[in-house]
Amino acid sequence: MKNILILGATSAIAQETAKLFAAEGANFFLVARHPDRLAAVAQDLKVRGAAKVETQAIDLNRLEQHATLLQSATKALGSFDLVLMAHGTLPDQHACEQDVAKTMEAIQTNTLGPISLLTHIANLFESQQHGCLAVISSVAGDRGRQSNYVYGMAKGGLSIFLQGLRNRLHRSGIQVLTIKPGFVDTPMTQHLPKNALFASPQQVAQGIYRAIVKGKDIVYVPSYWRWITWVVKSIPEGIFKRLSL
Amino acid sequence: MKKNLSWGRYPQVQPRATLPILWQSDLPHLTGYPTSVLPRGFGRSYGDSCLNEDGMLLDTTPLMRLIHFDAQQGIIRCEAGVSFADLLQFIVPRGWFLPVTPGTKFISVAGAIANDIHGKNHHKAGTFGAHVIQFELLRSNGEQLICSATQNTELYRATIGGLGLTGLILWAEFKLKPIHNACIAMERIRFANLEEFFALANQSDRDYEYTVAWVDCLSAGPQQGRGIFFRGNHAHEGFSKSSNHSFRVPCDLPDFLLNRFTMKIMNGLIYSSAPPDEQKIVHYDPFFYPLDAIHDWNRCYGKRGFLQYQCVIPYGQHEETTQKILSRVARSGTASFLSVLKLFGDQPSPGLLSFPKPGVTLAMDFAFRGTKTLQLLEDLDSMVCEMGGLVYPAKDARMSAEHFQNFFPQWREFARFIDPKFSSSFWRRVTQDSTRSSS
Repeated sequence: MKNILILGATSAIAQETAKLFAAEGANFFLVARHPDRLAAVAQDLKVRGAAKVETQAIDLNRLEQHATLLQSATKALGSFDLVLMAHGTLPDQHACEQDVAKTMEAIQTNTLGPISLLTHIANLFESQQHGCLAVISSVAGDRGRQSNYVYGMAKGGLSIFLQGLRNRLHRSGIQVLTIKPGFVDTPMTQHLPKNALFASPQQVAQGIYRAIVKGKDIVYVPSYWRWITWVVKSIPEGIFKRLSL
Repeated sequence: MKKNLSWGRYPQVQPRATLPILWQSDLPHLTGYPTSVLPRGFGRSYGDSCLNEDGMLLDTTPLMRLIHFDAQQGIIRCEAGVSFADLLQFIVPRGWFLPVTPGTKFISVAGAIANDIHGKNHHKAGTFGAHVIQFELLRSNGEQLICSATQNTELYRATIGGLGLTGLILWAEFKLKPIHNACIAMERIRFANLEEFFALANQSDRDYEYTVAWVDCLSAGPQQGRGIFFRGNHAHEGFSKSSNHSFRVPCDLPDFLLNRFTMKIMNGLIYSSAPPDEQKIVHYDPFFYPLDAIHDWNRCYGKRGFLQYQCVIPYGQHEETTQKILSRVARSGTASFLSVLKLFGDQPSPGLLSFPKPGVTLAMDFAFRGTKTLQLLEDLDSMVCEMGGLVYPAKDARMSAEHFQNFFPQWREFARFIDPKFSSSFWRRVTQDSTRSSS
């Protein structure tokens, strides 16, 4: 993976994944909202061996800027071998239930923004006939549950979009990787009580790295989440609706 | 899972809150918080120096970015929470090694400074603090100060070994050591008693960069002080890969598992299974960090946790004193199987409250068994105090204020540099009402 575009480059998982590619001397175009944070991440990757690191600070919720963002990224690095989409928020389910604006905002950030970007990038990749599109979704998208169905819907919708994209882009030789992390100990989850299922961003990054290199379609990180969600998905709805999950 | 305990998991106290420090560009205004604050990295200090009961912890582990690396001079600058494990992965393939490392690589750079850690090369290289060129310190009044041997010198000296009390270290720059490859040419030699240990240590410290001994502290009589001596140098050639085998202790093991009887058997096994003398080339991992292969090994001591005791006895009557301490431990009926002996050298540390000084250092683990354990360690404190030695704060959870102030008479001078907003359970305990920190 020589040329890498990372959207949401200051997220904990993105930083750890980028380090692994930096050690191989990759070129990066990093996108995130805060310029100072971007600069710190860019500096880290340069020290760790990245050949070239360009950055652009932008709010990815501004869909109208996506096309020009991708133009300047392409101009900076030529073409891309890997696009990693790691931006997202974890909405407060209870607050979303009380305030529809919060629900819409969560869907905007976690589904609509990514779909806009993916549409542009898919066309770009289709014309260059190669590339890997790795997108962070979530195990929460595998089944709607009362404790986080807004986030679950946002990520689940994204997962289905990716599934369709994978089907479309397969014959162009493009890898579409849906990344489904479980609980990860990051700033996004700092307010949650931690249990034994929490993984470190480093662990998750290793899983993502391997899945990209091996050309996988869907990866659960850590891998035991595949079995947990299998159990969760196999419970009949008549029983499931009575559970407090 | 109980978070925020120290490595010894005693005392089991909790902070009121934990604040992660995520970005250097987005620092908190510390005066705005109602309680005292204390920086904390990976929580590998054994006792209560990384605890702040009812106060706030500043979690530095998100500050994990490298800032600059000078490949010619071997100088690295990185954020406070970068771990030694991460650094090793980066520097070793580039031909550099940590100037000083303790027995675990799961510690942060800022923690290494705050505890002025030492390692198997203390007799050659001194403490970690001696290799620190500069760092940036955030004080609660919002000041950000660059501290070095020439700039803010007093704060530089107070922060090295300053137990996190002088402010929040944001980043640090320090000097690495050149190596040829990832391997250590090491030798293991069995010794039958303390006398043999001192002879081996004195003879080895000249030609070997790294020396340390495991000692069977349960054997008595003529076998007292028997053990295994490890010495090594960075290899010039040779190749050995780190094995990726690691294991996690899944839960707290029951208390009765580690008793005097099982410990005695284990110690005997460790001693007799070692060949009398063996030389080999090994990867740095098993040489420096054998216990890191067993994640959460502290859970072996059961849910009541354990106490680590490390003291240094100055040269002079060090041989007799070590003997006396070992006898006292052997008699106590309290058990320890991770006991380590090493001779410290005379390289000075810039640290004001730094622990190492010329002499022999002895470190031992004790499963926590209530007052019996506390009484034993209190007795050891008195013996150490009498000989002009001292006890390592980073590993302590129970020494009396009186003993601490005897061990570190410079503590009042040090206290002048403590940030008024910073405090720790340790510091409140060992200074008690002598100084009142804001909390």
